[in-house]
Amino acid sequence: MTRSRTSKKASSPAASSAAPDPALPDPHAAGAAAYAQADAQGELFQLIAPDGTVTHPELLPDPATRLALYRQMRRVRHFDERAWVLYRTGRMGVFPPYGGMEASQVGTAAALTPQDWLFPTYRDTGAALAYGLPIPQTLAYWRTSPHGWAMPQNLKILPFYIPIATQYPHAVGAALAEARQGTRNVAMAFIGDGGSSEGDFHEALNFAGALNASCVFILQNNGWAISVPTRAQTKATNLSRRADGYGIPGVRVDGNDVLATWHVTREAVERARRGEGPTLIETVTYRIKPHTLADDPSRYRTDADNAGWDAKDPVTRLRAHLLAGGHLTEEEDAQLTREIEAEFEAALAEADAFPEPTPAEILDHVFAEPTPQLARQRAQILAEEGA
Amino acid sequence: MTATVTALRTMTMVAAINDALALALERDPAVHIFGEDVGVMGGVFRATDGLQARFGAARVFDTPLAEAGIVGMGIGMGLAGLKPVAEIQFAGFLYPALDQVLSHLGRYRHRTRSRYHLPMVVRAPYGGGVHTPEQHADSPEAILAHTPGVKVVIPSTPRDAKGLLLAAIEDPDPVFFFEAIKLYRSVKEEVPEGHYTIPLGQARVVTQGDDVTVITYGGMVEVAQKAAAAAQAHGIGVEVIDLRTLVPLDTETLLASVQKTGRAVIVTEAPRTGGFHSEISAVIAEEAIEFLRAPVVRVTGFDAPYPPFTSVEDVYRPHPVRVARAIRQVMNY
Repeated sequence: MTRSRTSKKASSPAASSAAPDPALPDPHAAGAAAYAQADAQGELFQLIAPDGTVTHPELLPDPATRLALYRQMRRVRHFDERAWVLYRTGRMGVFPPYGGMEASQVGTAAALTPQDWLFPTYRDTGAALAYGLPIPQTLAYWRTSPHGWAMPQNLKILPFYIPIATQYPHAVGAALAEARQGTRNVAMAFIGDGGSSEGDFHEALNFAGALNASCVFILQNNGWAISVPTRAQTKATNLSRRADGYGIPGVRVDGNDVLATWHVTREAVERARRGEGPTLIETVTYRIKPHTLADDPSRYRTDADNAGWDAKDPVTRLRAHLLAGGHLTEEEDAQLTREIEAEFEAALAEADAFPEPTPAEILDHVFAEPTPQLARQRAQILAEEGA
Repeated sequence: MTATVTALRTMTMVAAINDALALALERDPAVHIFGEDVGVMGGVFRATDGLQARFGAARVFDTPLAEAGIVGMGIGMGLAGLKPVAEIQFAGFLYPALDQVLSHLGRYRHRTRSRYHLPMVVRAPYGGGVHTPEQHADSPEAILAHTPGVKVVIPSTPRDAKGLLLAAIEDPDPVFFFEAIKLYRSVKEEVPEGHYTIPLGQARVVTQGDDVTVITYGGMVEVAQKAAAAAQAHGIGVEVIDLRTLVPLDTETLLASVQKTGRAVIVTEAPRTGGFHSEISAVIAEEAIEFLRAPVVRVTGFDAPYPPFTSVEDVYRPHPVRVARAIRQVMNY
């Protein structure tokens, strides 16, 4: 695995030390200062600094890839911003925003092909969009229309996972099944810092290591599990280190640097394709927004907690880099804005046209063949509610 | 019964299960068997004996010791086109996996509007009567029957076990397959060789009678049969119904019998409150109350954990005398 030049972490399980780790700084503990300190420790892999300057020129992807990642981040940011407005005007259900985490979601999910599996959680709408889930269906899910659950036939994506951490073992099984069927397709699953406390997280990492499953485990450490900060979640706040316990590589990356998340994920995907097993990638980012649009973060965190994170915004960071390097002009950027807006509004119109489900649809798709019990219950609904 | 049957062979239930698993592996390359100790060792009850040697470690394999991981991984395998057949070593150790079962196993077809479905089987030995160590004798079938989207199958004979297990593996939806530990080796029966299935959702009339219907399944069927034989000696005609599957439930067969006899005794070894026996009682109350000549009686375990104390185990687990007492009770009402 490529790591930052000064990383003190073992680069392979065999090299990992059994001695207890010295206490590492928690990048979320006190905002920017700790983040800078963590950087100085060489703990976060990064290609471009928050101001857009390049720290690893030799690792930059080609300009077309950088532009593609930028366009995708702008696209998923637009969805997140419009979701707020739609929610406030009653045109969207409760929505967990991911704005500020675009690099963590786009740089990772964009490394997949449609033949690869994606297991997103409710926080990962951005990853789902970057992977290829159409906007109308994505809107339908968050508006609780059945059209949001019927995943496209040409993708291997599952509806957003609600029960925390349960998706990780599924990714192991999907990866194993692909290998058994002779493909080189991989499975990527997302989780958060809170989810990494769940038992399923540990069982999945252990299974994936023991069975050499072609998995890429993304752990988005965004500092908060609703109201609980990562430092209260665990004493071991460097979550990537957990990989060592399962004999698999763990990487810690600046989750607000899309070029870094892309680079690290591409490597992990390629390793998995070669049959070299799973990787755990911790993307260190921040949940600037509330847990959901119904949440009030002022009850549990202060401006001091959030300090410095706006300056590390993933979208403005890459934009500055592209403008400075001559890969993007202000006019092209304005044109991109117009394209993204047009795409979204067209998708919204399409989503608006999805019909509401009929009462009896709640009993559809339980079994391939309805049981006699379900058939009777269906007749009851039709009699009482109408078709 | 659908069959391509050539001959009969006398088998125990565990041998019939092993036979069904081997046939499934042979017939469908998508079938994969996994769990704790199922590979090299062939399972703690030898249900998977010889399968890894015959079909290879890719098809029949040991997993780490983690039930949520086993079921969760199986779900992923099912999503990606395989037919996972997972073994949970004892039904009493299913509980770590219940999150995966309740949150996902029964929901996938529904929440993806049939874009995905899970043709998965989870096998687990269940029940008491053989003095297993503590926490090895639970009967959690009602938890699964209460979970939408999951089928529940509990055979009581070698012949049924083989045909129902093949049907479960071929079913496009998730099936829990509970195997009564007590019956693994205690019952032998002539079992058809080769492939056949017994459709899920069809109860079996074990003995015919006109006076009392005894409704049961799995490990309690032989207990009910003994009680029925004793009652028969006193001139009471007992119809024993083996449900075979709780989901789907064959209400037609059990209601037809209750309508004929006017009396119902339901026998399980599960805790009393909220058990599947209560569901059967409710179905009879809703559908056949005007035929009843006596209250519906449940003979069950108690609202206490299954006792680990060998000398009093039979107090908890219904035995033929208790069932016979219930038969007399409804006859004398």
